[in-house]
Amino acid sequence: MTTTVEFQVNGKPVSVAPLDEETPLLDVLRNELGLMGTRFGCGLEQCGCCMVLIDGAPEKCCAKPVWSVAGKQVTTVEGMGNAEAPHPLQQAFLDEQAGQCGYCLSGILISAKALLDANPKPTRAEIAAALDGNICRCGTHVRILRAVDKAAAVMRGERA
Amino acid sequence: MNAPLPAFLESNPRLDRWIAFPAPGQVTVLTGRVELGQGVLTAMAQIAADELDVDLARITVRSGDTDVTPNEGYTSGSHSIQAGGIAMRQACADIRALYLAQAAVVLGCNADALSVRDGGILRDGASTGLDYWSLSGAVDLAVKATGAGRPKAVADFTRIGESHARLDLPGKVFGAPVFIHDMRLDGMVHARVVRQPNRGATIGAIDEAAIRRAAKGPVEFVRQGNFLAIIGGDETAVERAGGAAPAHVQWNDVETPVAAQQEASWLLQRPAVDRTLGDPEPADAQGRERFEATFTRGYLAHASISPSCGLALFKDGHLTVWTHCQGVYPLRAALAKILPVTAENMTVVHVPGSGCYGHNGADDASADAAIIAMQKPGVPVRVRWRREEEFVFEPKSASMVVTVRALLDTDGKPVDWTQEIWSGTHMNRPGGGGNLLGALALPNPPPEPPPADVPEANGGGATRNGVPLYAIPATRMIHHLIPDTPIRTSSLRGLGAVPNVFAIESCLDDLAARAGQDPVAYRLSITSDPRARATIEKVAAMANWQADAPGGTGRGRGIGFARYKNRAAYSAVVVELDVDEDIRLARIWCATDAGLVINPDGAINQLEGGIVQAASWVLKEQVRFDSDAASGLSSFDWDTYPVLKFSEVPEIDVELINTKDDVPLGVGEASSGPTAAAIGNAVSHALGLRIHDLPLTRERIMAALLQD
Ligand code: FES
Ligand code: FES
Repeated sequence: MTTTVEFQVNGKPVSVAPLDEETPLLDVLRNELGLMGTRFGCGLEQCGCCMVLIDGAPEKCCAKPVWSVAGKQVTTVEGMGNAEAPHPLQQAFLDEQAGQCGYCLSGILISAKALLDANPKPTRAEIAAALDGNICRCGTHVRILRAVDKAAAVMRGERA
Repeated sequence: MNAPLPAFLESNPRLDRWIAFPAPGQVTVLTGRVELGQGVLTAMAQIAADELDVDLARITVRSGDTDVTPNEGYTSGSHSIQAGGIAMRQACADIRALYLAQAAVVLGCNADALSVRDGGILRDGASTGLDYWSLSGAVDLAVKATGAGRPKAVADFTRIGESHARLDLPGKVFGAPVFIHDMRLDGMVHARVVRQPNRGATIGAIDEAAIRRAAKGPVEFVRQGNFLAIIGGDETAVERAGGAAPAHVQWNDVETPVAAQQEASWLLQRPAVDRTLGDPEPADAQGRERFEATFTRGYLAHASISPSCGLALFKDGHLTVWTHCQGVYPLRAALAKILPVTAENMTVVHVPGSGCYGHNGADDASADAAIIAMQKPGVPVRVRWRREEEFVFEPKSASMVVTVRALLDTDGKPVDWTQEIWSGTHMNRPGGGGNLLGALALPNPPPEPPPADVPEANGGGATRNGVPLYAIPATRMIHHLIPDTPIRTSSLRGLGAVPNVFAIESCLDDLAARAGQDPVAYRLSITSDPRARATIEKVAAMANWQADAPGGTGRGRGIGFARYKNRAAYSAVVVELDVDEDIRLARIWCATDAGLVINPDGAINQLEGGIVQAASWVLKEQVRFDSDAASGLSSFDWDTYPVLKFSEVPEIDVELINTKDDVPLGVGEASSGPTAAAIGNAVSHALGLRIHDLPLTRERIMAALLQD
């Protein structure tokens, strides 16, 4: 018996046939759709490496059954931008060299995007609070906070 | 007479092991250093670009591949630039000289008239039409380095010393499949290991049916002795099976840690290998004032953000292993000891993982993959540890007890210093294979390695930074290496330096208080090394240090200083914080003298990371034991082993000084010890009393306040 689930990923409709309906969305993204940008860190909804947007809301997808996103819009880091057309957040992370190993960055970029979509002018404390569901073990926090602040200013048209 | 070659060039003298010109306009830099998130490959590219005089854009870096790159041992100990960078500089200088000599022959001129610009050969500044690539047929790089090429003077650098953007960062920001975890090979199976709880434990019974039910998909068992793994083509099923398996496999002869072993003080009563290093005990301590204090720190986890991962393929008698470990050659040597394949028939390739900060589960995960691959010829095997597996089975940083005993002169300055250290080892790398977890479960496991710690020549393990850098007439270390610890321990960023610097710098603040002096002024009064002075003075200026800031108010500020390994970078840190029940970091400043810096922004990034990680260790981290937990550890995920969060990280200012010195000093671990010490001193200043045990938890603060 195969299950198929249909939803949208980065604006494109997909139809997937996972092991079963309980298969985590993360496994489907990585192993079935080949979207490796969303990373596995814990599988326990604790670290934020697997953060995606589901209908615009940031959610950890390592323990989220794929059935629960049927008919929904999923956005991954690959959907934010690319080298030719980077999202202002991605550009700001490069400008500020906000990364060490970089393993945490996909999830952090997604959490930051959700924040800026809702709050275009967050304070440092608001940015930090929005990222508290993401762990960065390398200690890149200060740069990441600076990069999000910069991207917000760019998106408001206050900085180039 | 040429100067002696740098050590890694001496041991890997063939120049074609360092640089290749594979196609017109292209340069390949080969390095045994591996990217661990520290930006080393970018730094190596900058070094090669400068010494060869080619544009950075022409350079591709290949790193950590036993088929092609030099053997530089481990990428560890903040050694990459200090040792590996020097070797790369000399190799490139030799290569440049060989090409210029060949161009001189072709042009019939003196090589002194020639120079290089972006790979093209110039004669008296004008193009000759020759370049590295057109001359490549005539220049043989399969020759030994001679040291005949002269590396550039610091003043002539154009790329070294620039904050070049990290070459690897774009892929990480755009979600490219850049990590070993993202590798997918044709026909690959996923695997999870059912871990042997400890050396000597044997499998009693396996309820395969229960595990298959949990998988809800096809899985297969692979077993060799007490090594048991679950494999299958669908990772979801394999992960489910791997998560369920521990409950359905019964082991005999299980030994797990018990709660009583959790604190470092447990070490004090254990059998130890003892030694004393340094000056003899003072013959006459009569009449001297004495000072004594004891500090402890519990076990720490590396807690890499991603669990370890390794891939392997055994095909046509050749084993290929992909790993994110710190040393591909040592891993190959260890695998050759435990598997029926010789090193000649094995290739070990580094692929980046998440930051490791030392010896985590990376080597073990690749050994797991290799063991399974040997059972499944022709099938690529990918092992990814589970989160809990990483926390429970990665090697931990040893817990430590450090007692300081000092004799003081009439001004309250130390004239004799004893640092007595109790610790498990900080060195348990794969070596002879006896430290690869999977190997311990195989039939005829390799013998337990004899107890040893990192030799002093490499900076010491538990003894690292055990000697204060201050001007003290006599110092010694008494080192008790505890061979038998309840959990496996190995290197974590800084090794023993963090507890040692925490102890030394805590004592200095207490000694300053006894002498009625300000902590900064007191330190300067016993500092003779001018670079140390400059570093301390710089951070005090950055932080606008106030000598008379009142203590015991709940707001505190503290300083910490060390020169990493007493021979790498100098780093001083000032921390400002508030304490009520909890500690809130308000601001951190750091000044560092790392000598010649290849990539200043990269170095600052490393120093910031070291500060945040050390703050996390000091405020939150300790691996906790629980006799009732199946593994004996109650720290097994991010809820039970919390680390510093974004909202807990303050603004941090880092400044580099003396960057144009001509010798680079390793920087990656320099800020950790000083940060730990500065936090301890700031807490002590805020509370008006000292807490000697790390981490500085709420329970410890409350207990200290109640006792006061
Ligand atoms: S992998 Fe999903 S939260 Fe850690
Ligand atoms: S950069 Fe390594 S975990 Fe964040």
